[in-house]
Amino acid sequence: MGDRLKIALLLAPALVVIGVLFAGGLVAAFVQSLGYLPALGMTEINLDAYREVLTDGGFLDSLFLTVYVAGASTLIATVLAVLAAMALRRSSGRLSTIVFQLPITIPHLVAAVGIALVVSQTGLGARLAAVLGLIGEPKDFPALLYDRYSIGIILTYVWKETPFIALVVLASLRGVAADLEDVARTLGAGAWQRFWYVVFPVISPGIVAASLIVFAFTFGAFEVPYLLGKTYPAVLPVMAYNEYRDIELASRPIAMAINMLIAAITAVFAAAYLRLARDLGRG
Amino acid sequence: MGKRRGNFGLVIVAALVALPFVPLVLWTFAGEWHFPDLLPAEWSLRGVRYLLDPGSGVLGATLTSLLIGGAVALASVAVGIPAGMALGGYEWRFKGVVIFFILLPILVPPLASTMGIHLTFIRLGLTDTVLGVFLVHLVPTVPYTAIIMTSIFVERTGELEEVARTLGADPWQTFLHVTLPAVAPGVAVAGLFAFLISWGQYILTLLIGGGNVVTLPMLLFSAASGNDPVITSALALAFAIPAVLALVIALHYLKPSETDTGRGFVGLGKVS
Repeated sequence: MGDRLKIALLLAPALVVIGVLFAGGLVAAFVQSLGYLPALGMTEINLDAYREVLTDGGFLDSLFLTVYVAGASTLIATVLAVLAAMALRRSSGRLSTIVFQLPITIPHLVAAVGIALVVSQTGLGARLAAVLGLIGEPKDFPALLYDRYSIGIILTYVWKETPFIALVVLASLRGVAADLEDVARTLGAGAWQRFWYVVFPVISPGIVAASLIVFAFTFGAFEVPYLLGKTYPAVLPVMAYNEYRDIELASRPIAMAINMLIAAITAVFAAAYLRLARDLGRG
Repeated sequence: MGKRRGNFGLVIVAALVALPFVPLVLWTFAGEWHFPDLLPAEWSLRGVRYLLDPGSGVLGATLTSLLIGGAVALASVAVGIPAGMALGGYEWRFKGVVIFFILLPILVPPLASTMGIHLTFIRLGLTDTVLGVFLVHLVPTVPYTAIIMTSIFVERTGELEEVARTLGADPWQTFLHVTLPAVAPGVAVAGLFAFLISWGQYILTLLIGGGNVVTLPMLLFSAASGNDPVITSALALAFAIPAVLALVIALHYLKPSETDTGRGFVGLGKVS
C-alpha cells in the first residue's frame, strides 16, 4: 500500500467528521443566509439578509460590543498573564501549573456563576463593601452584571483565559529566556533592560499566538454573554441565536448571515494564528 | 529573595483563582444568608439533597452527560489516532492546509455550523436525540484529539514498528502491540479532553437536543437564570467535579514537564 493511499485512509474519518458536520454545516448556513430554505417555502436566492444585517444599526451595535468584550478580555488577560508568569517563574513548577490549570479546566458556566456571585449587587463584593461601610444597600453597589460595560462577562473571561496565556508565557520563560537573561545580567543589564530587550522578544511570539486564540474564542463564544449580558445589544453569537429562535421565518436567513460573518472573522484569526504557529515551529 | 517573592505571587494568584469558588461553596451549604452578612447565618444541606433527589432530575442529567461524554471521548479518540498518525508520522504536500481545516472548529465557533445543519438533522430525525447531540459534540472534540495525537506521533521514529515488522508481525499486530501501548498516555489525555469538552457543551446540546436531551449544563443554565443561589451553586459545583478530577488524574500521571508542554492543548481545552 502506497504512503499516499495510507495517509488518505488514515485521515478519512477526521475529514469526514469535520467535512460533513462542520464544513457541511457552514455551507448549509451559507445557503440559508442567501434566503434559500425550500423546507420553509423560500426558494429565491438573494443577498437581502446581508443587506439588512449590514445596514441595521442593531448589528453594528452588536459587532461593536463583541469586539469590545473580546478585545478588553484579551488585553486584560494578556497583561495579567505576563505579570503573573514573571512573578511565578521562580516558584515551584508543579504548584503553579496546578493553580493555572484549574481555571482552564473548569467549564465556562461554572466560572460565570461563581463570578456572578462575587460581583452581583448582593454578592461577596457588595457584602464586603457594606461591612466596611462603603455602601448601605445592595443597589448602592455598582451594577456589574447585565451592564453597559459587560464587566461580569469580561471578568469571567479574564479569570478563565489569563492562566492559559500565563502557562504559554511561563513555558518560554523557563526555557531559553531564563538562560539569555542570566547572560544579560552577567553583562550588567538592569532589570527593566533585561525584560525589555532580552526576555520580551523571546516570549512575545507565544504571547501573540495565545492572545489570538483567546480573542477568536471570546469573539465567537455564546454561554457567558448569554448568561451575564444585557438583552440589547447582545454579542453576535447571542444575536444570531435570538434571530434563529425568532418565530418570524424571515429571521432565519438573517441569523445565518450573522453566523457567516462570525465564521469569516474568526477564520481570519485562525489563519493568522496557524501562520504564526508554523513560523514559530520553523524558527 | 526571588524565591520568596515567587511564593508570595503564587499565594495571590491562588487566591484569585479560588475566589469564584468561595461563594459557590458557601451558597451550596447555606440555609439563611441575608445581605450584608459575610457568612450564612444558618447552614443547610438543601442543595446537596436537591442533587441527590431523584425528582430533581440531576442524577438522570448526570447520567446523560456521562453517556454522551464517554461516547464522544471514545469516538473522537478513534478518529484522532489515525489522523495523528497521518499528520505526525508522514511528510506530504498540503499538510498545512489539512491541519488548518481540522483545527478550524476550535476557533470558528461550531455554533454557526450547528445552526446551519439543524434543518438537515430535523429531516434525518436526529434532532431531540442523544445520537444527534453526540454527533455535533464531535465537531469541537475531534480537532483536539487529532492535534494531541499528532504531537504524540511526531515524537515517534517508527523504529520499534520496523523491528516488529521485521520479526514478522502484520500491520494490525504491530499497531495493537507496539504502537498503541507506546502512545497510550497520549490517548488517555486526548480522551480526557474530548470528555471534558463534551461535558461542558451547552449551546450545541440545546440547539440539537431541543431541550429533550437534558444534560447537566441544561439544568445549571436554567437554575442560573432563576433565583435560587443554593440550587445554582450546588449544580455548579457538581458540574465542576469531573474537571477537578481530570486535573488531579492528569497531574498525578504526567510528569511536571509533560503537563507544561501539554499546556497548549490543555489551554485550548477552555474552548468548551
